[in-house]
Amino acid sequence: MDNQSVLTAAGLQALFDSLRRRGYRIVGPKVRDGAIVYDDIEGVPDLPQGWTDEQAPGRYRLARRDDEALFGYAIGPHSWKAFLHPSVQRLWKSRREGEEVAITPEPPSAERFAFIGVRACELKAIAVQDQVFLGGAHVDAHYRARREGAFVVAVNCAEAGGTCFCVSMKSGPRVDAGYDLALTEIMDGGEHRFVVEAGSAGGGEVLAELPGRAATEGDLAAAEAVVERTAASMGRQMRSDDLHELLLANLEHPRWDEVADRCLTCGNCTMVCPTCFCTSVEDSSDLAGVESSRSRRWDSCFTMDFTHVPSGSVRASARSRYRQWMTHKLATWIDQFGTSGCVGCGRCLTWCPVGIDITEEVRAIRDNPMERGGGT
Amino acid sequence: MAAVRRKPRLAVWKFASCDGCQLTLLDCEDELLAVAEALDIAYFPEATRAAVKGCYDLSLVEGSITTTHDAERIQDVRRRSRALITIGACATSGGIQALRNFADVREYAQVVYARPDYIHSLATSTAIADHVPVDFELRGCPINKRQLVEVISAFLVGRRPVTPAHSVCIECKLRGNVCVTVAHGTPCLGPVTHAGCDAICPSYDRGCYGCYGPMESPNAPALSAKLGELGMGQRDLTRIYRTFNAGSPAFRKESERNGP
Ligand code: SF4
Ligand code: SF4
Ligand code: SF4
Repeated sequence: MDNQSVLTAAGLQALFDSLRRRGYRIVGPKVRDGAIVYDDIEGVPDLPQGWTDEQAPGRYRLARRDDEALFGYAIGPHSWKAFLHPSVQRLWKSRREGEEVAITPEPPSAERFAFIGVRACELKAIAVQDQVFLGGAHVDAHYRARREGAFVVAVNCAEAGGTCFCVSMKSGPRVDAGYDLALTEIMDGGEHRFVVEAGSAGGGEVLAELPGRAATEGDLAAAEAVVERTAASMGRQMRSDDLHELLLANLEHPRWDEVADRCLTCGNCTMVCPTCFCTSVEDSSDLAGVESSRSRRWDSCFTMDFTHVPSGSVRASARSRYRQWMTHKLATWIDQFGTSGCVGCGRCLTWCPVGIDITEEVRAIRDNPMERGGGT
Repeated sequence: MAAVRRKPRLAVWKFASCDGCQLTLLDCEDELLAVAEALDIAYFPEATRAAVKGCYDLSLVEGSITTTHDAERIQDVRRRSRALITIGACATSGGIQALRNFADVREYAQVVYARPDYIHSLATSTAIADHVPVDFELRGCPINKRQLVEVISAFLVGRRPVTPAHSVCIECKLRGNVCVTVAHGTPCLGPVTHAGCDAICPSYDRGCYGCYGPMESPNAPALSAKLGELGMGQRDLTRIYRTFNAGSPAFRKESERNGP
């Protein structure tokens, strides 16, 4: 097949060069501050070669691998939403001249990103945010500009993290849609190589320029084996077919009180979740009262201001906030957007400082549900 | 003929404190001229010698109440102020000197002073809001200059200042920091601490020290359990909540829960 080819690590550098020539800003994984983060990268030498991550609820550690894999880790603290839906986005600024006020809307970004190393769950998360920002009657111009300009180089996961459960959420580990190029890194058989598949016309054009050879049956079988091994080694599992019914029938379950005792209402889970999209709008004005501006900033259902009305916060208790987050993610998201809000990436487990595990919370309710109709 | 719009009169008051917060105002180098243009700085002993006279549209109050004299003086300040905004950990929670709230002040005075009967200290160091109604509290030890300018700018146009009361963790995540607790095992008070510093310590690979006091819904016992797993003993836990905001109810309670 001519949309599949095999590259060496040197060939992979040609991919970076080609993307740069096309004017992309290349963002991908690199080691920083004891984690694999997403940041601007130049090329193959920036990739986290030989590194992996060990993840458990509330715990993340970088560790050396016993090989020199470039993508031999699961996922880190960042997600692509930091680039497509940045944490702070100015919406407009204004200037007062005498009695006149001139408002200048913020133009959509002209930045064209190339994302390197996007995982299956992350592609799914981007698809979920596409639905949020582009799906309805009100299309978000800022998101659209960044999203439409982006070139996506996906990677099939060769390593499941300790908090991963994409298999349960049917969102991985195999990338199946939404990419321009998809890589599978193969370490066995002596030769360190990448099976590359084009998923779009643009991807095909780039691939045609790269110094690869045609993929053999053996290469494709090896690539298949990588994904199968990953699928069989998920760190977590969560039955997901009945979550809507289960959670909505258990809105008064005592487990919500129990998790509220442990939850810090710190909001980390929502910040790291690749599908969480909520923002607050903030105004600023200068001392002279001449210039002002409005921005939106990531906010969270765990903050009090998020549901503040004149009589106070609608969700003042930790119980109501945790319940809102989890039932929205796993149940009412389906009513709102026709899909689950969870892609099983495990970030909310790993990056919760006290290791609250959404799969465990579901299990606690599933194992001991309330009597039908017992809720108030 | 329309009257010329009078500039609002600003006063800056000091109670028991280190002056660091009011110096933040002088430290606003770039904005100081704009502040002086927007407001009539009528009383600011740290910068000018003008005397207390009449009333002020905006009073910034630094420091805590630690003496009987101060307890009376703050009543006078309140009477003279249309809006009263407290700035810094001393004014909003009693400051470091609230450590005295956990001890016997008379006993200290006996040890330290030759004539302890000259000392008219109160047994406690308390926040300004414990004595008079306060219109807005700006947290921090010291306060953040950007936030001070924000509070003054918001006052001038009559809008609510943007100084969110959520956790420092959210600031960490907005910046893209890697969590020091999760990734390095470093104890951090960020999850229970009020935002405002822009997560400066975690940005430099340190745990948060809690300079801005408790966030809006702190769950300190749950965080303490985690800090214990990271190796902090009960004595450390007693002390970690007993720094700049020892007098804030949430930190005081958690400190005392862990030890005397
Ligand atoms: S809810 Fe948790 S596991 Fe699911 S997508 Fe969000 S961060 Fe990932
Ligand atoms: S679940 Fe964890 S990360 Fe989320 S708010 Fe609670 S303590 Fe913070
Ligand atoms: S470093 Fe501290 S403040 Fe930042 S996310 Fe982690 S626990 Fe929260």
